[in-house]
Amino acid sequence: MTALTLAISGSGGAGAISTGELVLRLYAEVGGYGMLKKTFSPQIRGGESAAILRLGDAPVSTIPADIDLLIALDWQNFARFADELPISASTLVLHTGTDVPPPGVNPDNLLTVDAAGIAAAADSGWQNMVFFGMLASGLGCTGTAAEALLRARLEKHDDAVLDAACRALRAGFAQALPDPLRELLARFPVPAATAPGHPQRWLASGNQMAALGALEAGVRFVAAYPITPASDLLEWLAHHIEHYGGHLVQAEDELAAINMVIGAGFGGVPAMTATSGPGMALMSEAMGLAVASETAAVVVDVMRGGPSTGIPTKSEQSDLNLALYGMHGDAPHIVLAAQSIADCHFTAAWAVHLATRLQTLVIVLSDQTLGQSIQVFDAPGSDCPRAAFDSSQEAEPYLRYRDTNSGVSPLALPGEPGHMYTADGLEHGENAIPSPRARDHRMQLDKRWRKLADWDFGGHWAELVGEMDQHPVIICMGSVSATALEAQAGLAAAGREAAVLSLRLLAPLPTKQLATLLASGTRLLVVEHNHGAQLWHYLRSLLPQLAFESLALPGPTAIQPRDIYTALEAANAT
Amino acid sequence: MPLKARDYKSGIKPIWCPGCGHYSVLNAITKAMAARELTSHNTAIVSGIGCSSRLPAYVSSYGFHGVHGRALPLATGLKVARPDLEVVAVGGDGDGFSIGGNHFLHACRRNVDIVYIAMDNEVYGMTKGQASPTSPETWLDGKLTPHGTEVRAFQPCAIALASGAGFIARGYSGDPNGLAQLIFEAMAFPGFAFIHVLSQCVTFVPEQTAWKQRVHPVEGAPETAAEAAALIHADDGFGKGILYRSPRPVWPRPHAQADQSEDPRAGFAL
Repeated sequence: MTALTLAISGSGGAGAISTGELVLRLYAEVGGYGMLKKTFSPQIRGGESAAILRLGDAPVSTIPADIDLLIALDWQNFARFADELPISASTLVLHTGTDVPPPGVNPDNLLTVDAAGIAAAADSGWQNMVFFGMLASGLGCTGTAAEALLRARLEKHDDAVLDAACRALRAGFAQALPDPLRELLARFPVPAATAPGHPQRWLASGNQMAALGALEAGVRFVAAYPITPASDLLEWLAHHIEHYGGHLVQAEDELAAINMVIGAGFGGVPAMTATSGPGMALMSEAMGLAVASETAAVVVDVMRGGPSTGIPTKSEQSDLNLALYGMHGDAPHIVLAAQSIADCHFTAAWAVHLATRLQTLVIVLSDQTLGQSIQVFDAPGSDCPRAAFDSSQEAEPYLRYRDTNSGVSPLALPGEPGHMYTADGLEHGENAIPSPRARDHRMQLDKRWRKLADWDFGGHWAELVGEMDQHPVIICMGSVSATALEAQAGLAAAGREAAVLSLRLLAPLPTKQLATLLASGTRLLVVEHNHGAQLWHYLRSLLPQLAFESLALPGPTAIQPRDIYTALEAANAT
Repeated sequence: MPLKARDYKSGIKPIWCPGCGHYSVLNAITKAMAARELTSHNTAIVSGIGCSSRLPAYVSSYGFHGVHGRALPLATGLKVARPDLEVVAVGGDGDGFSIGGNHFLHACRRNVDIVYIAMDNEVYGMTKGQASPTSPETWLDGKLTPHGTEVRAFQPCAIALASGAGFIARGYSGDPNGLAQLIFEAMAFPGFAFIHVLSQCVTFVPEQTAWKQRVHPVEGAPETAAEAAALIHADDGFGKGILYRSPRPVWPRPHAQADQSEDPRAGFAL
């Protein structure tokens, strides 16, 4: 694969991310693949923002650390995310020349583009569209296609605004490109159109895929409180759930949101919320209620840097402990992790299926990189798991919390005659009447554990890529999975083999399958995007017989394949 | 044959102390259910935590005894998801006005078609006698507030009005028939209907038995917020009856019909 990594940076509001999105969509529409990662500060205006893109002729699922081309719309605040946009001596840098580039920019590779002047000559103020035009021409795309995209994106603006943006685009497109830029971009010609019969390709974010998966699985009620980086998941649903007769409630806080979800789930309507770490922390009391009352509820946690407000706009995988252990009492529940942007669709749908089928809480861990990056990928099938409330009553008398062999009790939904009961967070007997008796407490604790521990989760619990036999195994979850796969490919290119095991089912942890599978690996390296090695500690606690090693690095910078090579080269990474 | 009030009792024996006002509230609820000819299995009573929040199990209907302070979000989620059900939220003054105070404000604003019955005894009974948000400033028996609360008492009806509730009433546990009539009216009201019930705690505030002499009817049921505000502010907090009734659009509002032909996948395709 040939792939170009380029970044467009600027002050918040300068249009860096919009420009990046336009470039990716343009390249994708003619048959290319790519991914765009957004990095921004919490400020809406005046902060820093950047789109980091990788464009290629085959599927792209990671952003490498080395940037081929940086377009700096300005240098204000650049230092704040310089760690995430490392400029090397070979990085070609385009800037507008209005302010001074930071140290580290190789003067030999610095080109000045008078974007303001080019735009002004076209009676426009849209400097970012000048660069969009230059990139479109350099990548061999047509000006017509670029303009059509821009018009579609700005359709809500009035004609004067739209026309001014298009004039800047055309002016940029008409520019003679400086030689180094022309030569660089010429190395990445427009990819061939996809072959007939190829699955439809999509351009979407993980948050959009989680929202679609939940909707297609049958979610018809959503309640949530806005929080970065989960809000865009909710925004997508707000526009689509109504068409399915569903509702999205913007709740007054996360406490309300999760309780509304539980109310809807009690009513037999598949329901979910989406949030991030601080919001899930607020929900944790009621998540215990979902467990105790055996009410279906799905919580999607798009993780960001923590603790507390932390780094709200940037990715981390540091809510694993909260997801696993955040509840009071013994509260067995299901924790899933999405494995890729496209997999957010399946994992969210599976969560809805499991929550309804097993009458419990399911937490889906995503992260800001999965949630807010957009990527070109083959469309997921529509045969995803579905909500499955099972309200069949097998035995008389009806006992809502009957101690069944499977642990799953007969569920009556309001409206059903003859089976009325009061769901309760107080411990209760089989008949749902509150009971502090030791016998009832043990029975219900056992039952709620057994229904998860004995459930056959099938083959979806993890994805294994590569041969484990006598090779190192990289164990991971979420957005780190794509990095692990890239490291695997890098190792293979150097003649070394490794397997990648990406975990989708984190709780209940399939310890038997893991123990069997991992017995033949030579090294078991747990790679995760947090400081405390949360996944490593968890695996070690439940599989003490295995010698897990740890590579745990916090955000906001992404883990890179080279970090994994280094860890594998170390004699003992822990 | 229409059901009688007693047919709406579940038969489970309440945990309440002898003489507790909540028994009468339970009776008033089942009377109103009978008068409304509600179908038990199409009714859901939802609560949080506290003595009064144990009520759902005592009614023959679906019920949910949730966590402290969250009865209204639970009821909101259920009603929005299942508009076919009659949904009633119940609870006490601590549950509704302290830990759940924010939900009270927003439930009044949101105007989902539910009934909220707050049984106010001005004390935390279940935790054995601490001051509640409605305790008088000078009440000296609160176990955490030996000098009195020294904090102004919460005014549930005034706050409900300011927050946008369209139906506000006050009832008294010593007048179960009058209370049953208010609950009937609240169930008939389209939108969020709030009933503030003075429901005595004879165990921790035995002096509340004197409420019998203090309660009095209020005249008229104002249909403007200005009149209601004047009535509520002039009242001594013991006026029974409908304090405000003015319907406004219920949430969720009806929007375009569900369009099953909308393909949510279309927007992702290249």
